[in-house]
Amino acid sequence: MAGNATDYIKHHLTFWKSSHEGFWSFHIDTFSVSLILGFIFVGVFAMVARNAKLENPGRLQLFVESIIEMVNTQVKEIFHAESKVLAPLALTIFCWVFLMNFMDLLPVDLIPMAAQWIGYTFFGADPHHVYFRVVPSADVNATFAMSISVMFCIIGFSIKAKGLGGWGKELLTAPFHAHSPVLVAILAPVNFAFQMVELVAKPISLSLRLFGNMYAGELIFILIALLPWGAQWILGAPWAIFHILVITLQAFVFMMLTIVYMSLAVEKH
Amino acid sequence: MEFNATLLGQAITFAILVWFTMKFVWPPLTNMMDERAKRIADGLAAAERGKQDLEAAEQRVADEIRKAKQQSTEIMLAAEKRANQIVEEAKDAARIEGAKLVADAKAEIEQETLRAKEVLREQVAVLAVAGAEKILRREIDSAKNADLLASIKAEL
Repeated sequence: MAGNATDYIKHHLTFWKSSHEGFWSFHIDTFSVSLILGFIFVGVFAMVARNAKLENPGRLQLFVESIIEMVNTQVKEIFHAESKVLAPLALTIFCWVFLMNFMDLLPVDLIPMAAQWIGYTFFGADPHHVYFRVVPSADVNATFAMSISVMFCIIGFSIKAKGLGGWGKELLTAPFHAHSPVLVAILAPVNFAFQMVELVAKPISLSLRLFGNMYAGELIFILIALLPWGAQWILGAPWAIFHILVITLQAFVFMMLTIVYMSLAVEKH
Repeated sequence: MEFNATLLGQAITFAILVWFTMKFVWPPLTNMMDERAKRIADGLAAAERGKQDLEAAEQRVADEIRKAKQQSTEIMLAAEKRANQIVEEAKDAARIEGAKLVADAKAEIEQETLRAKEVLREQVAVLAVAGAEKILRREIDSAKNADLLASIKAEL
């Protein structure tokens, strides 16, 4: 292993890309895994919602209800305006991010090796050129897709709460307030710059936090996989157990910050 | 780190998931849970109401029992009083009846006595006359002494 450790790590950190070049190249692994996980999430939840019983609910229903209750409590505590979108958005973020993070707990070689075997056996591909990264949230594209969507939601919530004019005015008059028109005019560009930084910092921090945690976690699992097989559990087990906390926490943090950002967006300064 | 079209794909997936959750997952589940909470609250309220009703009913029953006892006591007292009254009345009636009987008996006795006296007087008179007649027959004509005899008879 030691000789080709670099190759091993590199192989694990390469995406399965479509044949397009540049921006239009496409991470098939990230997209398909997250899509399947998304379908699992909405499938299970929709099934439970469809068969939900008022009395005598089953275990799965109780599990789903406890998640809904948790999300609902957080939304109600933090977000004081009325919104039909925010709670489902928060629920989707929590569950989807959790499931994507959960892929980190699968053995690092399980899916890539299965992909290699399938590619080699059925499609005659060179196993060294079959790549599969199984943790979608360790792909910046996945995390930024969510956080940029959240940013658009922030803008949308702001406009809906304050009107287009109100939001535009806030962009120019906060955080520095002034009374004389001259000072207002001078402060407007400064305020605007601050607001833009604030607006852009939110999705960047959201997505990079999640990406960084998951990428680091994945990398450590890969490094542990380089140990002799008899010694792997010594580090692998504690890290995996700790990672159960990390993946849940990251999903929770993403959800909570989204709710907080939305409540800030509808608040009047 | 490399940004590419995956970002768009992921964003579309995300949007669809959120839309689906908003449409088919969140409302039915939260509605159901709200309804359940309401039903539980209703049930608890009903139980509370039932308890209060039961307490009120118990109170009423106790009142009724107390009233019934009081009434029965009253009835018993009245009955006793009435019984006493009846006994008194009966005693009075018996006394009056007794007195009447005694008076009747006395009156009858008196009458009998009077009658007996009369009869006795008549018989005495007859006897006297008879005696006198016997005495006088030898000496005087009864016809001549009829007046005398009559006057004696009247005197007796």
